[in-house]
Amino acid sequence: MEWLGLLNYAVFMAIFIGIYAILALGLNIQWGLTGLFNAGIAGFFAVGAYTSAILTGPAVEGRLGGFELPVAVGWIGAMVMAGLIAWPIGKITLRFRSDYLAVATIGVAEIIRLVAKSEDWLTNSARGLNNLPRPFGDLDYLFSQLAYLGLVLFCLALVYLLVEHQFRSPWGRMMRAIRDNETAAASLGKDIAFRRLQAFLFGACLMGLGGALLAHFNRSITPEGIDPMITTFLIWIMLILGGSGNNRGAILGAAVVWIIWSMTEFATDQLPTEMAIQAKYIRAFLIGLMLQLVLRFRPEGLLPEDPTRAGRKTGGGGS
Amino acid sequence: MLVLTGLTKDFGGFRAVDHCSFDVAEGSVTGLIGPNGAGKTTLFNLIAGALWPDAGRVEFLGEDISRLPPHKRFARGMVRTFQIPHEFFRLTVLENLMVACDQQDGEHLWANWLTAARVQRREAEVRARAEDTLAFLGLSHLAQERAGNLSGGQKKLLELGRTMMTEAKLVLLDEPAAGVNRTLLREVEEKIQNLNQERGFTFLLVEHDMAFVEKLCDPVICMAEGRVLIEGDFETVRRDHQVLEAYLGERTA
Repeated sequence: MEWLGLLNYAVFMAIFIGIYAILALGLNIQWGLTGLFNAGIAGFFAVGAYTSAILTGPAVEGRLGGFELPVAVGWIGAMVMAGLIAWPIGKITLRFRSDYLAVATIGVAEIIRLVAKSEDWLTNSARGLNNLPRPFGDLDYLFSQLAYLGLVLFCLALVYLLVEHQFRSPWGRMMRAIRDNETAAASLGKDIAFRRLQAFLFGACLMGLGGALLAHFNRSITPEGIDPMITTFLIWIMLILGGSGNNRGAILGAAVVWIIWSMTEFATDQLPTEMAIQAKYIRAFLIGLMLQLVLRFRPEGLLPEDPTRAGRKTGGGGS
Repeated sequence: MLVLTGLTKDFGGFRAVDHCSFDVAEGSVTGLIGPNGAGKTTLFNLIAGALWPDAGRVEFLGEDISRLPPHKRFARGMVRTFQIPHEFFRLTVLENLMVACDQQDGEHLWANWLTAARVQRREAEVRARAEDTLAFLGLSHLAQERAGNLSGGQKKLLELGRTMMTEAKLVLLDEPAAGVNRTLLREVEEKIQNLNQERGFTFLLVEHDMAFVEKLCDPVICMAEGRVLIEGDFETVRRDHQVLEAYLGERTA
């Protein structure tokens, strides 16, 4: 039965990789394509997770929600809501230099986390929202996991095609131009503030989707589940390590980083208890070390941005 | 076409542009000269919208545009280049030109899905035009190179190429000759004349290369210390004693 355990673990890990890859693609639109420094991925992730939970979850006395809507509605709602939250933040900060956006997004993510932690009527505080419906949740364990993996991979494929098409379109070219030189792009008629807002909302919607996917996978969402260590910091590392500006790089980065992250947990769990607790910090150190090595030897990531590839697609035959 | 009235810009206590007034006539190639620090580039930034004036106004085609952001001035038919090259360094050379083309439906988020065929057709046109422009600039062999890898002079040419991709009526060139080699410079002169006469572009250009200015520009405007000293044809300006003083210092005898 050893192989069955391994298979279960591999499927479990693949589901996480798929979800984090969607988040990394969202960040790639914001940072890789447009140069927006979003340091509050966890916030949009949380908005998506809680929105979908409220829309689809069971009714509880004295709490908002319990609409028991279909899961698909919850996921769309998650994307819309993440976009709605992103809109005022972007509207206010995107006209300024990128540092303002970073500070604002950290702040907003922290506010969202505190709201999730303390508002009974909305998020059930620290206990979180539980008993969420899960598509194919009635099947046997392994089949249920496999079916959910299929669903996640389907979403990831859709998101990848959508994002990749936008990257290669004239829209993507314009966004890269804005990223590389804002002054020159403005002098060539590009409306910087509006275009950045588009990219920011686009990315935030995908982060919301990622949150919803994870909430329904776990059948619950708690404030613990929106730890910025993973849903902001680790996503950044995935993108930078994989290759910012390259969508396949973002997906590869998600896989590599999550495999290392999970495997090291596996390894540290083998240690005696008192050491295992301390060894937890080694995991963060290993990820940091790996990032350092990649930045030193492959500063543009494992799969760097390749402008000529985008050029070939749109008109056939570069020289 | 372009009318500046009492244009003034202060940086802290320093007045970079001081009540500048002049017109740029439609169809002209107007030269703007003056010693370093005369306020030419600041004036350019005021005209193009990178800076807003503290006093005075900029009128373009009969409209006051003093408070319009740069992208709206572009939409009204004004395009500029920069003294220090502002290439899109991670885009290819070809993409640098393609992105400058106006009226691209594909720059709308939804059009890439809803009217994909039209976007593709336009994209092919834009690409063909960019390739022609590159051929003219002699940069065809670098089409797929990242723009950030070009030399200084090549970046200058690329910026000139970007203006050629637009349907602009007024082109502002900030030192187009700087860093461009002599042989190529003759071609740049010819291209500017050609764009001026055949496509009806109006030019306002800042330049230190006097041979270049003499050949191309009429009228010539000379600035010093933020003010307009004199406006006239090249000979008149060259013989003016204020201009000599501005460049060489006052005679102390």
